[in-house]
Amino acid sequence: MKIAVLVKQVPGAESPLPIHSNQKWVDEDAVAYVMNESDNYALEEALQIKEANSEGEVVVISLGPDRIQKVIREALAKGADRAIHIQIDTVGAIDPLATASHFADALKEENFDLIFSGLQSDDFGMAQTGVIIGEMLGMATASLVMAIETGGGKIKVKRELEAGWFQWVSLSLPASLTIQSGLNTPRYPSLKGIMGAKKKEIKVVTPNPVEANQSLEKIYVPHSDKQTVMIEGSVDQMVEKLIHTFRNDIKVL
Amino acid sequence: MDALFFTDEHTMLVNMVRDFADNEITPIAAELDEVESFPRALVNQMAELGLMGIPIPEELGGAGMDTVAYAAAVMELGCADASVAITMAAHTSLGTSPIVIAGTDKQKKKFVPPLASGEMIGAFGLTEPEAGSDAGATKTRAVKKGNEYVVNGGKIFITNAGEAGILNLTSRIIDDGEDLGIGAFIVPTNTRGLKLGPKEKKMGWRASDTRQIFFEDMVIPAENMLGTPGKGFKTFLETLTGGRISVAALSVGTALGAYERALKYATERKAFGMEIHEFQAVGNKLADMATEIEAAKLLTFHAAWMKDQGKNIIKEAAMAKLFASEMAMKTTTEAIQILGGYGYVKEYDVERYFRDAKILEIGEGTSEIQRLIISKNIIKTVKGL
Ligand SMILES: Cc1cc2nc3c(=O)[nH]c(=O)nc-3n(C[C@H](O)[C@H](O)[C@H](O)COP(=O)(O)OP(=O)(O)OC[C@H]3O[C@@H](n4cnc5c(N)ncnc54)[C@H](O)[C@@H]3O)c2cc1C
Repeated sequence: MKIAVLVKQVPGAESPLPIHSNQKWVDEDAVAYVMNESDNYALEEALQIKEANSEGEVVVISLGPDRIQKVIREALAKGADRAIHIQIDTVGAIDPLATASHFADALKEENFDLIFSGLQSDDFGMAQTGVIIGEMLGMATASLVMAIETGGGKIKVKRELEAGWFQWVSLSLPASLTIQSGLNTPRYPSLKGIMGAKKKEIKVVTPNPVEANQSLEKIYVPHSDKQTVMIEGSVDQMVEKLIHTFRNDIKVL
Repeated sequence: MDALFFTDEHTMLVNMVRDFADNEITPIAAELDEVESFPRALVNQMAELGLMGIPIPEELGGAGMDTVAYAAAVMELGCADASVAITMAAHTSLGTSPIVIAGTDKQKKKFVPPLASGEMIGAFGLTEPEAGSDAGATKTRAVKKGNEYVVNGGKIFITNAGEAGILNLTSRIIDDGEDLGIGAFIVPTNTRGLKLGPKEKKMGWRASDTRQIFFEDMVIPAENMLGTPGKGFKTFLETLTGGRISVAALSVGTALGAYERALKYATERKAFGMEIHEFQAVGNKLADMATEIEAAKLLTFHAAWMKDQGKNIIKEAAMAKLFASEMAMKTTTEAIQILGGYGYVKEYDVERYFRDAKILEIGEGTSEIQRLIISKNIIKTVKGL
């Protein structure tokens, strides 16, 4: 089984996130980057499938500037066989269609049986890339995957639905799956893996330009005012005023 | 500073050990300390990751990384739990490295791979009830009989003693009635005549296994002698600088663990309507802690780096060990001060670092002995010796 795993480098949950003076993105120099959480689970799942079948190949693929080679190396240290780095400046790049088409271009020649991606990235949280890639490459696609069973040229996956419900679906190969966090226990890279990672291939490709239909205008920290409004009256009156405030002033209903 | 000493591999190693420590060690560290339980499961996990043989050559089953990598790993482990860190460090720099440095090819092939993989734990027995700083006063005697030695005596305060498969021990060597001086042996701990005392009850490092060991007519084959006895052996002991670098690194880790907790607390706790870091008295403490930790880290990595360059680091290792251990004692004391009463109770986990710090000024040569080593070395340069 030949499996591609999309890994993204994202700001860590505890990283400082100062906004860049141009207000287009955070100041990348101040950010502590990590591997996107659900991608880490996707990678582990791919490695386990390869190990269970004692054959196959796991290829990690990532998109971004030079700094992302750090997560690529981490994935190689954990056991991925080789990597593809789509070299692109990602500041303000938030169009999932453009992102997915870069990946689809890089992946289509390789004829992967499976393409794994994390359910969503922890920075933008679009949750679309894996699904769009599946569509572009004409692959069976499933999102929110919680468990995978392989065998007989098909796969069965358990998908997470709403409110604690699940669903098992069968898919033909090739397939693109977006993986939910928590379906396995990601490994730590061993020292052997770390020492071996630098000997593994990272193929750097430059993508064809794609027009983005969506871009970042401005980012800012929401302004918060401390205002206290006392609502008085009978219970019914208070409820009515409260609903009015929610609807018309704060606009959350 | 990391950029000065770290390659990409070092950074990956540090990130891995930090993740491992955060997820697997920190959540159980207070409990391990409380019940004085040896971290066997953690050691097994560390073995799988390659952490029990970091600076041991690949061909002997180790990870083949350098002293900088080893020190960085000890530091990260120590930041979470000093007992886990010293278990790994004593195993590596005292239990395994002496065989790598002084062993014959045959001894290396036989004893090092199971140690480097972490399948077996190693220990080093130098200290005796009447021979601590004064290692020359060793009373344990190994008397040659044919192709074997019969050993009588004992060791005290031996880290990993109850868990070790291999013990390197020092002893007087008696051949044909002649005392050849102090030498060493590699001894499998299941050898008859080797008896363990009960686990010592300690102020800190409570999850680390420390015991007295007794040798009663213990017979070891002559081929298990490590190095040559006498003057050469003294030189060999001096070159065992890995242990001092371990303790320096562990000191930095111990200080960091306490400092990070104090720093966080200082930004959360309020008194007199202010966050307490806004009082200069508290802010200055934090500044001193951060500065001294950084200085100790530099001394430690510099000594480790020099060792990797193959330089003599007797003085540098002693300086790093001395400064870092005394810094750890001071930093952990001040960390408690910043937490006030909360620092003194176990729930806030800072007093554990304080208790774990004191031994750093004693083990692997006391502060007094480090000063002796350093002064001897600097006087030498003036006297042109
Ligand atoms: C938890 C723990 C783990 C240990 N692990 C090991 C181990 O794995 N293997 C091992 O072999 N040993 C181990 N030790 C022993 C440790 O290395 C010794 O305790 C240490 O070297 C000091 O020896 P001592 O306790 O006999 O003190 P002493 O040597 O009796 O020293 C007592 C005091 O006198 C001072 N002093 C002695 N000589 C001089 C001098 N010349 N100049 C100035 N001051 C001097 C000392 O600095 C100290 O303050 C361990 C000890 C502990 C507590």
